Amino acid sequence: MKRPEEVENEGLLVRRIKNGTVIDHIDSGEALNVVKILGITGTTQEALSIATNVQSKDMGRKDIVKLTNRELSKEEVDRIALISPRATINIIRNFKVCEKKGVEIPSQIVGIVKCPNPGCISNTNEPIESKFEVLPKGLRCHYCDWLITKDITSHII
Amino acid sequence: MATQHIISIGDFDRNEIDRMLDHARQIDSKKYDKNALYGKILAVLFFEPSTRTRMSFESAIARLGGTSISVGSVEACSMAKGETLADTVRVVSGYADAIVIRHPREGAARLAAEFATVPVINAGDGAGQHPSQTLLDLYTIRQSMPIDGIDIALVGDLRYGRTAHSLASALSLYGARLHTVSPRGLELPGTLAADLRDKGLEIVEHDDISDVINIVDVLYLTRIQRERFPDSASYFNVASSYKITPELLAGAKKHLIVLHPLPRVDEIDPRVDDSPHARYFEQSKNGVPVRMAMLMKVMQ
Repeated sequence: MKRPEEVENEGLLVRRIKNGTVIDHIDSGEALNVVKILGITGTTQEALSIATNVQSKDMGRKDIVKLTNRELSKEEVDRIALISPRATINIIRNFKVCEKKGVEIPSQIVGIVKCPNPGCISNTNEPIESKFEVLPKGLRCHYCDWLITKDITSHII
Repeated sequence: MATQHIISIGDFDRNEIDRMLDHARQIDSKKYDKNALYGKILAVLFFEPSTRTRMSFESAIARLGGTSISVGSVEACSMAKGETLADTVRVVSGYADAIVIRHPREGAARLAAEFATVPVINAGDGAGQHPSQTLLDLYTIRQSMPIDGIDIALVGDLRYGRTAHSLASALSLYGARLHTVSPRGLELPGTLAADLRDKGLEIVEHDDISDVINIVDVLYLTRIQRERFPDSASYFNVASSYKITPELLAGAKKHLIVLHPLPRVDEIDPRVDDSPHARYFEQSKNGVPVRMAMLMKVMQ
């Protein structure tokens, strides 16, 4: 099934996948940050496709990430809500969309954002991961109470 | 029952704070069991210098029949060998029934509470929180007046001063009006001020102590640290403009009280010590009953 917004004259920008996860409706320009948040690095075994600035009827421009042979859990994808709350997740099995869901902002995020406070205990060699409470006005460090109110992506680990 | 810790004044609601202050008053009037913590051991884990906080915690446990142990200087402990705080508190949990910790990094006490198997009390973490100081500050105010609705001026280093941060946070529970007077660059951090305003605390900024001296009920001074300034001249210039003198207090309300977490350097003229406004030595002394109440809360 072809999606109109993905079709250019020459065909699909990014090929359909047989099995895996498609993250659609990512805010334009945030695809690389989405990949970073999901912890998908250059050493990943799965085939990863990224399309940025794709035309979208609803959003004007959007990004898309496709990950083959891996179904992302709800907990994993909810982290994306921090930078792209409109993103939708499609779980693909045998070329069919088996599950489709939005992302929900989690109440706490662990190990994703680095505390900007240089004096925070989480920025040391202690055996802990950074931990932030998600509030309407921003992210609050669980350890030192530092509040990140803007530019969250620049603090992603 | 889950282990009780005292990490941040923000973890307590108004009723809990009032109950601890009531208990401290009861202890202050000698109505307490002198063997309430008999046989209990308090580990005093201080990674920063301290006189008042450390000695008053040691005094508090002794007055309740318990004992304290410590590592001495930071250089003498295993942290100097590179041990993590997480490991240190796990080990110390095996030696004591509670840990009181002071550490130069913000959030250290909360981390300690995650790894310790005994109660942890925060005795100051970097520029963060200092709940026992806040409780004794509130206790001292309450000895002179009800806390509700007071006008209080915080003066000095409000950026790095943890006692000011902690106290301001607690005052938001009492409908107080906060007046801030601080040198440029040492103002209350913007995010903290916004947070306090969200909690309903009214904050009014002033440039000069003389602007607030005749309107406040409490004058809370903090030490301006010399190392925050590029040179001695600029430090002395600022420090002298934040000094409390008997002449300045001449225009104050009759019931105004002057508080300071101590040590003071140049912030208060020694001639103020004999004034009826001076409460800072009383405040320091109040550290013992307040910390006794805290120890009983987590160790009993």
